[in-house]
Amino acid sequence: MKEEQDYIRDIAEMRSMMERSTKFLSLSGLAGIMAGVYALAGAFIVYKVFDFNPDQADLSPRPVEVILTAFIVLVLAIGTAIILSYRNAYKRREKFWNPTARRVLINMGVPLVTGGLLIIILISKGLIGLAAPFTLVFYGLALYNAGKFTYEEMKSLGLIQIALGLISSYFVEYSLLFWAIGFGVVHIIYGIYIHYRHER
Amino acid sequence: MKLLAITNGFHKAFESKTRLSIMSILVVNDSLDFNALKDYLDVSDGKLASQIKALEKEEFIGVKKSFVGKKPNTKYFMTKKGKKAFDDHLKALEHLINSRK
Repeated sequence: MKEEQDYIRDIAEMRSMMERSTKFLSLSGLAGIMAGVYALAGAFIVYKVFDFNPDQADLSPRPVEVILTAFIVLVLAIGTAIILSYRNAYKRREKFWNPTARRVLINMGVPLVTGGLLIIILISKGLIGLAAPFTLVFYGLALYNAGKFTYEEMKSLGLIQIALGLISSYFVEYSLLFWAIGFGVVHIIYGIYIHYRHER
Repeated sequence: MKLLAITNGFHKAFESKTRLSIMSILVVNDSLDFNALKDYLDVSDGKLASQIKALEKEEFIGVKKSFVGKKPNTKYFMTKKGKKAFDDHLKALEHLINSRK
């Protein structure tokens, strides 16, 4: 015969199993903060060092360096997210690479790869000015899509990025600023929020 | 006495924590293979296999066999009977808690 507290434990167990098998909750708020910091640093370098100016026709005297910087920011952000989420999963005594994580990745992957390919095509056609706004739009779509399988907050984060992306594709001359707000400032704010809300 | 009456709604199959966990996972997922279940639960292959067998025997979960390339792939899903038993179990838990308020 089970005792009352056994049933309470059962309920907790059921809840945890339903949650962990549908939602990827190892996501790290710190990773969001770090991604924001990398993005701000990247935007600063691109603006100050490589004279990137979306206002002008030729944008920057060194377009290759600009693209390379963006790529390094991307790799650093993804790398940090993987390492910190892996650590979180370990702390929660879960496997990092579980079916839920795969679901999040696939749902983010489709819009991200589409966006990535489209941006490469745009750059090859000389439409480099639209690259920054489009990264925001497709990243936002990816987050919104993945929101079903992770923290609910990802949906509103996604919508904010989409809105910033759309606005900045209209005001292309300010696209670097919008990009820094979206990937930098908004990431940091959400990262802090997720960290305090879910990780302590 | 009252507790005894209420616990009648509980199914014996759910006395094991692993079996209860398997059911909880399958109630919110269409179907999952053995390895996916194992990723969520902290148990050995042998223990998981035997608990799955037990639930199969009760006809609470069903098995879908297919091939991924040349590898056989077995997926588990919750049957109607299993869903009902799980719901009843939840109801019984709810009763128990309400009666204690």
